Amino acid sequence: MALLTCRDLSLGYEGKAILQHVSFEVNAGDYLCIVGENGSGKTTLMKTILGLRKPLSGTVATGDGLRQSEIGYLPQQTLVQRDFPASVKEIVLSGCQGRQGMRPFYSRADRELAKENIRRMGLEALANRCYRELSGGQQQRVLLARALCATRKLLLLDEPVAGLDPKVTAEMYAIIRSLNRQEGITVIMISHDLGAALAHATHILHIGSTVYYGTRQDYLSSPVGKAFLQQGGVSQ
Amino acid sequence: MTLADYLQLTFVQNALLVGVLISLCSSLLGVTLVLRRFSFIGDGLSHVAFGAMAVAAVAGMTNDMLIVMPITILCAVLLLRSGQRAKVKGDASVAMISVAALAVGYLLMNLWPPSGKSNISGDVCTTLFGGTSILTLSETEVLASIVLSIVVMIFFVVFYHKIFAITFDENFAAATGTNTKLYNLLLAIIIAVVIVLAMDLVGSLLISALVVFPALSAMRVLKSFRSVTICAACISVGCTVIGILASAVFSTPVGSTIVVADLAVFGLSSFLGLILR
Ligand SMILES: Nc1ncnc2c1ncn2[C@@H]1O[C@H](COP(=O)(O)OP(=O)(O)OP(=O)(O)O)[C@@H](O)[C@H]1O
Ligand SMILES: [Mg+2]
Repeated sequence: MALLTCRDLSLGYEGKAILQHVSFEVNAGDYLCIVGENGSGKTTLMKTILGLRKPLSGTVATGDGLRQSEIGYLPQQTLVQRDFPASVKEIVLSGCQGRQGMRPFYSRADRELAKENIRRMGLEALANRCYRELSGGQQQRVLLARALCATRKLLLLDEPVAGLDPKVTAEMYAIIRSLNRQEGITVIMISHDLGAALAHATHILHIGSTVYYGTRQDYLSSPVGKAFLQQGGVSQ
Repeated sequence: MTLADYLQLTFVQNALLVGVLISLCSSLLGVTLVLRRFSFIGDGLSHVAFGAMAVAAVAGMTNDMLIVMPITILCAVLLLRSGQRAKVKGDASVAMISVAALAVGYLLMNLWPPSGKSNISGDVCTTLFGGTSILTLSETEVLASIVLSIVVMIFFVVFYHKIFAITFDENFAAATGTNTKLYNLLLAIIIAVVIVLAMDLVGSLLISALVVFPALSAMRVLKSFRSVTICAACISVGCTVIGILASAVFSTPVGSTIVVADLAVFGLSSFLGLILR
């Protein structure tokens, strides 16, 4: 059975649909990239997959015994209070919270994992700094490290490279790729970076006035894909 | 009388003990309340409690805690339940509920004046400044506050990391498997119980001060959640002790003296925060 099955989803706000008839499946080990224009409903779809919103109709089903606590998530924007006192360490460690259940304290393994992800994101020098005093790109890296701490089987990323410099962007894609290839973690990523999306993804979900779901190769030869790529100026 | 003489008095000792415990609890809860934009929940809930007291009085109930406690807890749960995902944000919803409860309670008392209670505005004043003064505590009240404070402190230590995760980013916590609904519910119940009991002992004005001042003072200077929490607790306890002793020596009203001490520390830490920046 697939890790995630969405059947005939309709999404919207206050009863008004913004997206209809979305069906797709994600199998363990897939790397799915969701593309589409601004406001087409990508973030809304991701929140629905995570159970943060209810679909207007249709179903989201998980399989393979996937539990909520095995999912890592990078939100598109986090509305953190301007004056929130929280250090980078505390935030990254909070990524392990979902697995704790009723256990009150983090284990040594959790702390090691947090440290490892801080290192992976190049944040060692900032580990004790206050989150609110970091630059936008640095904050994004903190939230990525937190998402990696939460990830066991499935990683959902909403525009992970927005605000990152080219060097960190390339590193980011390499990390996601190695998580996917080496550790077998399933990835669902929203991205406007079509070139990178097509270089790494195994499947593409295009949402907008027409919804398309298929493997990368099929997408490249489909009329929707061709039209979208031409607009984006990506040549294949 | 000297300070040492005062410390020999049982009622001063009781006041110190209860004051320290209540200020410790409210400052611990205060950090998350301030960060969730629920600074005025103490005031709001005390108005709700007043409304509930009015209902109990009109209904002619003898033990009004039976109705005050459930209604106040219910309101706290309603306010805090939806957290960051609420349609009406924290400050607005607290204002709505508090004004509504005050108005309904006052209206009820006017429509059906309960026998034996002629001074309605006196009752309103009592909820603001505390029914029993902290200097006239009975043994049961002292015992109740000790038990309650221990429960709150254990709760806070055990759920500390969960409280941080939910306060910092409720959506992420929910998406990655933290039972945010359960913890929000527990937190709301604990907050309501602390506020209702403390309100009766020290008055809602002091409760609001104990919730907001230590947290805000600590946030001026410190930058991690843990240091802010610990520092807020220390500030709160320190100010309460100083306030109670000062009020005994200078015979000033206890509640307002404590608030002034908190205010002074806030001024000091704001100044420190400016220098350190
Ligand atoms: N809270 C909300 N209430 C009402 N409408 C909303 C809300 N959030 C989003 N929308 C609407 O839903 C549509 C889809 O929004 P969504 O955030 O899912 O877009 P997106 O595809 O993620 O866009 P972007 O590429 O800019 O991130 C938009 O037209 C937006 O106006
Ligand atoms: Mg989006």
